[in-house]
Amino acid sequence: MADQFQGIEPMVYQSKINVPYSWWAGDTATRFFVALRDEKKIIATKCGACGKVFMPPRKTCPLCFTANTEWVDVSDEGTVLTFSVARRQLAAIPQDRKVPVIWGLIKLDGADTAILHYLDEVKPEDVIIGMRVKAVFSETRKGTIRDISHFKPVK
Amino acid sequence: MAKRVAIVGTGQTFHKSHRPDVNGQELINEAVQRALADANLTMKDINAILIGNMDHFEGINYVDCWSVDGSGGVMKPVIKITTGGTTGASLAVGGYHMVGSGMFEKVLIIGWEKNSESDTTGAITTAFDPIWDRQVFAGAISGLAAEAQAYMARYGASDRDAARVSVRDRKHAMNNPHAQLRKEISLEDVLASPMLADPIHLLDVCPRTDGACAVIMASEDTAEKICPNPDWIWGTGARHSYAYLGDCDWGRLTSMERVAKEIFKKAGIKEPRKELDVIEMYQPYSFAGLIWIEDMGIVGHGEGPQYVADGNTDMGGELPINPSGGVIACNPIGATGLIRCAEAAMQVMGKADARQVPDVNYAVSTGFGGCMWTDMLLHGKKKPN
Amino acid sequence: MDRAAIIGVGMTKIEKSKVRETFADMAWEAVNKALADAGMSIDDIDNVVTTSSDFWDGRTISCMAVGDASGAADKNTSCVEGDGTYGAFYGYTRALSGSYKTTLVTGHSKGSQCISSLITNASFDPICERGLGMDMITACAMQANAYMNRTGLRPEDMAMVSVKNHGNALKNPMAQLPMNITVSDVIKSEMIADPLHKLDCSPVSDGCCAVIIAHESVATKFKQKPVWIRGLSLCTDSFFFGDRDLARSNALVEAAKNAYKMAGIKDPKKEIDIVELYDAFTYQELLWLEEMGLADYGKAAKLLEAGEFNINGPLPVNPSGGLLSGHPVIAAGLYRIAEVVMQLRGDAGEHQVKKAKTGIAHGVNGLCGQSHCVWILDKER
Repeated sequence: MADQFQGIEPMVYQSKINVPYSWWAGDTATRFFVALRDEKKIIATKCGACGKVFMPPRKTCPLCFTANTEWVDVSDEGTVLTFSVARRQLAAIPQDRKVPVIWGLIKLDGADTAILHYLDEVKPEDVIIGMRVKAVFSETRKGTIRDISHFKPVK
Repeated sequence: MAKRVAIVGTGQTFHKSHRPDVNGQELINEAVQRALADANLTMKDINAILIGNMDHFEGINYVDCWSVDGSGGVMKPVIKITTGGTTGASLAVGGYHMVGSGMFEKVLIIGWEKNSESDTTGAITTAFDPIWDRQVFAGAISGLAAEAQAYMARYGASDRDAARVSVRDRKHAMNNPHAQLRKEISLEDVLASPMLADPIHLLDVCPRTDGACAVIMASEDTAEKICPNPDWIWGTGARHSYAYLGDCDWGRLTSMERVAKEIFKKAGIKEPRKELDVIEMYQPYSFAGLIWIEDMGIVGHGEGPQYVADGNTDMGGELPINPSGGVIACNPIGATGLIRCAEAAMQVMGKADARQVPDVNYAVSTGFGGCMWTDMLLHGKKKPN
Repeated sequence: MDRAAIIGVGMTKIEKSKVRETFADMAWEAVNKALADAGMSIDDIDNVVTTSSDFWDGRTISCMAVGDASGAADKNTSCVEGDGTYGAFYGYTRALSGSYKTTLVTGHSKGSQCISSLITNASFDPICERGLGMDMITACAMQANAYMNRTGLRPEDMAMVSVKNHGNALKNPMAQLPMNITVSDVIKSEMIADPLHKLDCSPVSDGCCAVIIAHESVATKFKQKPVWIRGLSLCTDSFFFGDRDLARSNALVEAAKNAYKMAGIKDPKKEIDIVELYDAFTYQELLWLEEMGLADYGKAAKLLEAGEFNINGPLPVNPSGGLLSGHPVIAAGLYRIAEVVMQLRGDAGEHQVKKAKTGIAHGVNGLCGQSHCVWILDKER
């Protein structure tokens, strides 16, 4: 550090980027959320070319690069492909979730790709890859991914 | 050896103020599909993808990674360029380098923005130094007002002179089905519209837009096989020289002057006013349509207002500017510079339909952003030497 | 295709919090070190690519903060967002495009100024995922679990990476976290997200790195010995974790394959002498090595245990200490390039490896290694 700055205690300026966002879900995701909210149903799009069923539903098939026109129902039960357990209350974790928080990558029966969600009603130590889980729907549903409260082990 | 580079296809969304029917990836996909169709290529033909937007307009980190379902980037090289308002033009310049390097035969370039998803002014304010400019300065409009005031003081122009530019661009937009604002306006409409920041009225400035644009560039090895009349890139350049608003020479756009001189010199263009056939300028407000053509070297300093008033830059005039309707009719920011490039390419390729300028040999497209920055491309019908 | 070389590198010390330096101050230091290293003045540079992130910097148009300090005033310039290896990749294409001859590339980051959990949470899909509150650490924990489940890797195996890399950092004056630790220290450190302990994770860091890339026609014109760019490739996988096989990295397999092809490398295990890779978490060093073809899948830990990746082993990996010993996010991959360049020149000082002719530098973009950039650098043309 140059002599000219000796004895100078650097200042820190506290700030925050405060920009509100309204993300348009688009027709495809909206249809998914409406089914979730109003019928407690999980639906997905299917590629007409390769037959893949996408969760979350995709408007186009990323590999065939064509529009997905077909909708199919998928099960509210599936298999845990992998999981993660937060032990530290990391800043991104929502206020209403206290550690340990468990997330699972869950492949629902009838879908070819998996979604992220919470695993609950299970101890972290008891979660294993390959375990079967079932969706628990939220009491009040607003048309968001949290209309599913979490997934719990299938007894 | 470096390769010569041409644009072989372009695609745009029908730009709107709000596109609630699609998310960002889906919006991108519309432009990409149209560009592929225009070039008669499929995603398999594309060797790399270059994408850009401005992060804080959508609040999505690592957009290049997030958008692959829409961009077609799954298992391909994807990189992101972002330079503020210049983003779209910087992307086009980047595509030119990536193809020119010989590393990629065909590159897909995507610029997009969903400005409806955030507070545009709030996000732009965060572009300025958090300790200095950000605290005393709000959004893009105040910088532009400073430029307009300085220009009027230096050269005696009026807000009526500027309004003429808005009238022109909005008239041109009537010919462009992709433009957002397609309604003609009069000088009186502009002058009677609400004052945003003296001397800038509401109808002097660009709108907020949701839109995406995709451009496909190919090297000289295949360009003419893909497209009988490709748009050859003759030169590119960028000057992002200022970081603080107080650094600028207000009333002149130094970045434009420097980049134009460099490109015209390289291409052997001595009299741009005579040799260029059309310009698609990133002109976010009307005064820029007077000031920046002076800095580009089309006319002398202070001569912009008369040149525009005489109709020289209208369709059918000596040097039509913004046949697309330009930024005043449509501004999905991260796409805007690339739309200028695509529109210039369409003019050279003869694909501009109702907004076609006859016999275009040379076209210029520009990008504007950052702290009075300019990016620029020179397009031509002939293959460069 | 023409060739290009790296003819100068400069880096700041990586620190937890550079409270005395702004982004521009860091860039100024790194750029001037790179120019001095190359024996160039700023007038010898004909274009500049900065690498930055509006999210990590908390600033829209984040390149505005470093342009002047990087010498971009009145030069052709652009900005890549993402890891520094991607910025350098674009800089490389500029040097080969016929437009320019000498590209200065910078990458900077100050993790100390933001909350990384919130920044990385913003990388998740805003509609379908973000509200669940995952971030880079919890996402990578998920990948670590998938990888361990597939290969039988144990926490102790991952911990060895931390022991080696923090140990290597003891000899690197630029590293933030030189540490003499044991496997048991790693296992006993705070569990942040199972199976990742605190010492399995890279720290929050500040730093800036600069490299100068020259077209072959001018690569030997300046003072410094050029290090040649022999192979370079990048590849991006699917976004959603559920579309990928998280226990593998197909994008890295593809990027490495293409980089080897460009470099004419047939047997990377034999032909690569040193690796600096993106070990943001311990398991990643092993997984990335395997997907680059430098170890069989699931077998890297065995080689690590046998000392193969030690600084004096047959294939030194992260002799600098890697990201585990300092992780200035956007700059991290550029530091990898700079480190390999110094190793190949024989200028790495205390952490110099023996006889290195060909090296790999590696960078990552996105969550759980969605995108990879692989550089193959060579002492000889």
